[in-house]
Amino acid sequence: MSGGVDSSVVAALLHEQGHEVVGATLQLYDHGAAVQKKGACCAGQDIHDARNVAENLGIPHYVLDREQRFREAVIQDFADSYARGETPIPCIRCNQTVKFHDLTELAADLGCEALATGHYARRLDGPDGPELHQAVDPVRDQSYFLAQTTRAQLAKTLFPLGGYATKAEVRAEAVRLGVAVAEKPDSQDICFVPTGTYSDVVGKFRPEALEPGEIVDVAGNVLGTHRGLARYTVGQGRGLGLSRREDEAPLYVAELDAKRRRVVVAHREKLAQTRIRVGDVNWLIDPPQGAFRCEAKLRGRERPAGMTAEWDGAELVLTPDAPGIAAPGQAAVLYQDGRVVAGGAIRS
Amino acid sequence: MRGMTALDLDANATEALRPAAREALLAALDVGGNPSSVHGGGRAARRIVEQARAALAARFGVAPGDIVLTSGGTEANALALHGLAAGRRVLVGATEHPAVRSAAPGATLLPVERDGTVALGSLEALLTEGPSALVCLMAANNETGVLHPLGEVAELCRRHGALLHVDAVQSAGRIGLEALGAASIALSAHKLGGVPGAGALILAPRLHLPALIAGGGQERGRRGGTEPLPAIAAFGAAVAETYDIRRIAALRDAIEAGLRRIAPEVVIAGATAPRLPNTSLAVLPGIPAETQVIALDLAGIRVSAGSACSSGKVAASPVLEAMGFGVDAGCGLRISLPWNAPEEAPARFLHAYAEMYARLSSRRASRAT
Repeated sequence: MSGGVDSSVVAALLHEQGHEVVGATLQLYDHGAAVQKKGACCAGQDIHDARNVAENLGIPHYVLDREQRFREAVIQDFADSYARGETPIPCIRCNQTVKFHDLTELAADLGCEALATGHYARRLDGPDGPELHQAVDPVRDQSYFLAQTTRAQLAKTLFPLGGYATKAEVRAEAVRLGVAVAEKPDSQDICFVPTGTYSDVVGKFRPEALEPGEIVDVAGNVLGTHRGLARYTVGQGRGLGLSRREDEAPLYVAELDAKRRRVVVAHREKLAQTRIRVGDVNWLIDPPQGAFRCEAKLRGRERPAGMTAEWDGAELVLTPDAPGIAAPGQAAVLYQDGRVVAGGAIRS
Repeated sequence: MRGMTALDLDANATEALRPAAREALLAALDVGGNPSSVHGGGRAARRIVEQARAALAARFGVAPGDIVLTSGGTEANALALHGLAAGRRVLVGATEHPAVRSAAPGATLLPVERDGTVALGSLEALLTEGPSALVCLMAANNETGVLHPLGEVAELCRRHGALLHVDAVQSAGRIGLEALGAASIALSAHKLGGVPGAGALILAPRLHLPALIAGGGQERGRRGGTEPLPAIAAFGAAVAETYDIRRIAALRDAIEAGLRRIAPEVVIAGATAPRLPNTSLAVLPGIPAETQVIALDLAGIRVSAGSACSSGKVAASPVLEAMGFGVDAGCGLRISLPWNAPEEAPARFLHAYAEMYARLSSRRASRAT
């Protein structure tokens, strides 16, 4: 229970259905330190909101201190990833570790039958066990961020909001169920950097990721100076500070070379890749033999695009029908008819 | 947990209310009034405050004039540190409550032995290092119930000209309290069967401390603010009640014997040291205290994981860390019996614990394969 509308509605719905519901809220970081207010409580307003929702429902509620676990598994990994020249998605790492791994374990330790969350995705039970599907509402669908959930975890997980057609319907449920946070705005961006300057966080853990270096073209000609690899991502066109003549095509980040601390830039048409390597693959089906067709998302905010995939037992190689931009560190999630079949991290 | 009254085994968080305290509180509500008022209503209110002060004085064998009433234990500790620490080297026990630790931020920590009692050798060495020290030690630890050897500590302080402040919040009302020549002793009403909102600092005879809150000069200029009449009345009534040490200790011992039977790997922190009769800190290696507390709460048993932060999250116990428990410092379950614990408390607790333990053991076994 994050204290937001979604997980609050989930708790209220399950409670209404007669389940014995236990509320849990993760304390992930020192809220007071994150918003840089001296003396502010380590627990943010959201924790109090979650507690109030549980109190109003009459269900037990616990605040789980996961600051250290979150720092090690998510924030450190976030900074390390940037230092490697990647563009990480901390929410995926958090879902994979602090949330679905740890909480399904805790739920079982407490004798609970399932873990329910407010994510927008659907768990459907197929002939071979639980399946992960996109939410009915394509705008809200979060399956991209959940693709690292293992089949064993999925078997113990419920996503009661995945079937709602719009967020408005969920808010209406909140009103019907008397959940006090019905009007609360959606949370934004990366939770542990509420001020929005994620580079500060990266710099604290990996100062070298903020050290300046050269901006070069593909041939190695030095075009300028960058302000630290962590401030750039593959495909980025703005903020490079390069001067160009009016008749010249703009330049984009083509590669982040962590070894030489270089930002490599190129014209847009040079960025698109015909072959994308994906590691850390979590399979939600039995891996197919040989090449197979699927749709895949290479970043959170894009529609799945058609491609051919092949699994060699260690890595997935994707061949998009139309060459696409793939930023290392982002997730590649493979779908077949709206079902997540695999998810992994883009390597190159 | 449905359809069954929860079993409270968290008396060190707040002791069960004494019926006499409840009555005194309700009576004081009907009296009302401000003890500072000149008129009859003021006199009636003052009488209640002074009766409570007299009850405290009688119970602890001190003069009423040496008792400063405060809002609670935290303020009593803060008042003592505020008045006594200036110009002194402050030595604070490594297992002290945050109320003391945070009131003495620059203090030197006094290490404790593996059993939780203060390391007397280290204390003596630190006292020998220089004059004018202030030693802050609790009579009984809030998590383990371990009692420091305060007689020996007081003697060392006397020999080295050091002042001693004793946080007696957990021991007062449960076991005897000796003044031992301490400069000050902190008490809390709700830890001995009163209600939150009142506490006291007992001062050594004729010791004057500057006020932390000057206000309108109440408590003879030592603590300003209108006295919380109902809480003070309850405090005075609670402190006069008797505590059946033998009965409570027998229940606690039954719980510990049962724990050892159910889970042979359980370690009772400070078991070899003198302890409060009602407290047991059971360390179950490898199982986070958080999991244990939640599992037992869901089974209707109210225990804790040591000091909880006000946000309600459960962190590793600094007390167990100071006692050398290492990675298992986060695995301690505090069971603290209230004065009115029912005779079936051990059986009910052990039943729930055994159920939790069986589930966790089978989970561990399945994870290992």
